[in-house]
Amino acid sequence: MMRALLLLLPLILLAGTARAQVPLGQGPSTVREGLEIGTSTSEIAITSDFRGADLTVFGALNNADELFLAIGQYDVVVTLSGPIDYATVRRKQRIFGIWMNTDSMTFEQVPESYSIASTRQLEDIQPAPSLNRLGLGIDHLTLSPTGFVGNATQVGAFREAYRRLKLSNGLYQRDTRGVRFVSPSLFRATLRLPANVPDGVHLVHAYLFKSGELIQSRDLPLRVVKTGLEQTITDAAHQQPLAYGLFSVLVALVTGWGASIMFRKD
Amino acid sequence: MTVYLPIAELSVNIFIILGMGAAVGFLSGMFGVGGGFLITPLLIFYNIPPVVAVATGANQVVASSVSGSISHFRRGTLDVKLGSVLLAGGLAGATVGVWIFSWLRRLGQLDLIISLLYVVFLGTIGSLMLTESLRAMRRAARNEPLPLKRPGHHNWVHRLPLKMRFKKSKLYLSAIPVVTLGFGIGILTSVMGVGGGFIMVPAMIYLLRIPTNVVVGTSLFQIIFVTAYTTIVQATTNYSVDIVLATILMVAGVIGAQYGVRVGQKLRGEQLRALLGLLVLAVGVRLAIDLVVTPADLYSIAVGGFGNR
Repeated sequence: MMRALLLLLPLILLAGTARAQVPLGQGPSTVREGLEIGTSTSEIAITSDFRGADLTVFGALNNADELFLAIGQYDVVVTLSGPIDYATVRRKQRIFGIWMNTDSMTFEQVPESYSIASTRQLEDIQPAPSLNRLGLGIDHLTLSPTGFVGNATQVGAFREAYRRLKLSNGLYQRDTRGVRFVSPSLFRATLRLPANVPDGVHLVHAYLFKSGELIQSRDLPLRVVKTGLEQTITDAAHQQPLAYGLFSVLVALVTGWGASIMFRKD
Repeated sequence: MTVYLPIAELSVNIFIILGMGAAVGFLSGMFGVGGGFLITPLLIFYNIPPVVAVATGANQVVASSVSGSISHFRRGTLDVKLGSVLLAGGLAGATVGVWIFSWLRRLGQLDLIISLLYVVFLGTIGSLMLTESLRAMRRAARNEPLPLKRPGHHNWVHRLPLKMRFKKSKLYLSAIPVVTLGFGIGILTSVMGVGGGFIMVPAMIYLLRIPTNVVVGTSLFQIIFVTAYTTIVQATTNYSVDIVLATILMVAGVIGAQYGVRVGQKLRGEQLRALLGLLVLAVGVRLAIDLVVTPADLYSIAVGGFGNR
């Protein structure tokens, strides 16, 4: 018994020293790095000639370790995720020569739009399993099917299709060089909002990684609003649908009537 | 110049929409049709979601029908009683149609059914028009007289019960086929976004034997009310009427129609019908090709699920 303990002792000591070596060069006080972010705007307006917009996110690292900075051990990932909703993916099959939707799968609570910028390839910053756990990155967003899932083996194909379609229509975007350090402790990220960006409250989320370890994260809301006439029309259509419908008919009556008066020959 | 469509939720080139409206308006003026059956497929070709295209198409037809019907109202070439009976069926049909529309949308089969209906109707009407007008042209070339029509001839429709007297049309006719016709057209109005004149007019002439002088005015009378009603019901159930899109289409459409009417008066009837037949057929074929050709992507995404939208 004693022998065994004596044998274990050096192992325990060794482990202890190994742990003590981790905060290398960080000083005894172990000051935590801080992360502050700010955006170029807190509101993006969808105007009648909206063709998409760029959002610039500025960030600063406080108490950053000079040595770690010098060897590029800090990584920043910034995401902009849109309003969350269910999404239904449908698949077509040929039936009697005609392509029609046959299978579908609904994923719960996924962002309608998602834009991500990082200092380098996400998979180089973090291994895939922990990205999956964080739900960080287009390939790692949690896509859990709800309701009746007919064939479990199909889930992968539907997830893959969801990501591909979102990327191809521009609602999901990634830029693995979108975050640049402008000074040792200041960075700037550029995120693209496509022309078809959904309105609502979006969330800017910045993650700070140190040697592959998530040490800080910050988020800021970003409101994407339809402005002026667009907003009035959308609100009216959804909140006063009857009045909106009656008004649409009235516009049609006036247009039709007006034209026949203007072009009347007799 | 782009313009943002708040309900379709996308930016479009305003000149393309204006051009579409003017072209369809021109054709509708030239041929005396409402144009809904051309506008809706064109909007779908231009990537406007079919849900919005159909509801907005119905709204656009209101304007073109009002514009077209005013001269009929002034001359009194319409049968209000007959129109009202048609309308009763039409309103019921439109209500059922919107219900079917929402149901198909939840199932994810709406786009397919809209395309299928267009292929069937445009294909049939287009080929009928084309063959009929080609035959007429051949006859005209050989200077043959027109075969005599016998409008007094009765068919099975005239043996149905529940007869009503329509003074203006000088008809004593059962209400059943009239209401049924209105009902069917009402369903098409809400599912396809058309006025339905291109089906109603031939049905009234050949099936119900209604005198041709009141047919167009009466059908326009019923179309105005059914499309107006459909616009309101679509707005309240599917929130899919895009007033910006509709207004651009209407304004361009009614102006285009005025020029179409002038050109139409210079062309001969058979040539006009042959042209329209070809056009209708072409749109139908284009839609049919889209149904049969392997799509670029077999998958599609819709926001929402389980009917929560």
